[in-house]
Amino acid sequence: MSNTHDEHSGPGHVLPMKMLVGTFVALLALTVLTVITGKMSLYGFDLSIAMLIATVKATLVAMIFMHLKWDRPFNGYIFLVAVLFVGMFLAYVVADTKEYQPDIKGWTDQQISKPASE
Amino acid sequence: MSSDHHDPLLAHHFDDMEQQFDTNKFGMWVFLLTEILFFSGLFVAYAVYRSNHSDVFEYASQYLNTNLGALNTIVLLLSSFTAAWAVRAAQLGQNGLVTKLLGVTVLCAFGFMAIKAEEYSHKYHEGLLWGGAEHSIFKVDTNTVDPAVAEHSEYWSEVKELPPEFRRQIGIFFGIYFCLTGLHGIHVIIGIIVILWLMRRNVRGDFSPQKYDAIDLGALYWHLVDLIWIYLFPLLYLIS
Repeated sequence: MSNTHDEHSGPGHVLPMKMLVGTFVALLALTVLTVITGKMSLYGFDLSIAMLIATVKATLVAMIFMHLKWDRPFNGYIFLVAVLFVGMFLAYVVADTKEYQPDIKGWTDQQISKPASE
Repeated sequence: MSSDHHDPLLAHHFDDMEQQFDTNKFGMWVFLLTEILFFSGLFVAYAVYRSNHSDVFEYASQYLNTNLGALNTIVLLLSSFTAAWAVRAAQLGQNGLVTKLLGVTVLCAFGFMAIKAEEYSHKYHEGLLWGGAEHSIFKVDTNTVDPAVAEHSEYWSEVKELPPEFRRQIGIFFGIYFCLTGLHGIHVIIGIIVILWLMRRNVRGDFSPQKYDAIDLGALYWHLVDLIWIYLFPLLYLIS
């Protein structure tokens, strides 16, 4: 089986076999890494490191398996817009819930202690 | 490279094959955008609960089997690899190989669902469900727990000693767990149907290096399912 691009006459970019296998191996290695770091205590950075590894994996899948690296840039922009809006959604909602958490906690504590005081 | 001859593979409203291919792909990416936003609601629910109750998440994640979660990650990565390879094979006109690779992808998808089913049935058996479920052991009032479940669940003796509010929060953790993995599982099932349909079309001889859009778009969908699991795995199974 030869790996040249010349055999392909239709639209789209053909991934070299080496790159496909390399990406797959890298994804497996990162999975092993995230399991190992997940079992260690990383002084409060556990979540950040797990998310960093997941994002590297996601980037590999999107850029190579999903061909975004060679695709029309507009498809990549659509993907980035989706990620950007998820980020905004997340940031605003989490900031908002943090803002009101002391009130909610006060109310729940009150509810829990109620039956005892009656 | 517009052609005056009518190509049966080219829909009449496109100038050429390349424009047709790009348009189909563009449409798929817009659909994937809606899929990402669709899942984001549940990811935000997760973030809100975890940021407010990190102790609950740390405690509750011990009920999830990390080894099965990791195994499922590997199974999905393998299926993504074979799906990407199938696109390559289709581009090069290796139609026999396309069928085999899509077959491996579907087998992996079934494997994923089998492992998931094993996890779900274990959780059902032990009563590790959202608080509102009849079979759940995470009830605020311990008297409302089904005695049959309480009797055989190995976790009950520990769970019943927890503060009621904490127990309620674990129930919410499992609500989020089942919604996220359940919605993802539905996507895996849809992926299985799509890939089986692609296999059938491939065997029928519908695809050629000039026209393989369906395989390309099906693979894109399948990669998105993998992409979402890449985040779900550390968020649910690896909370230390």
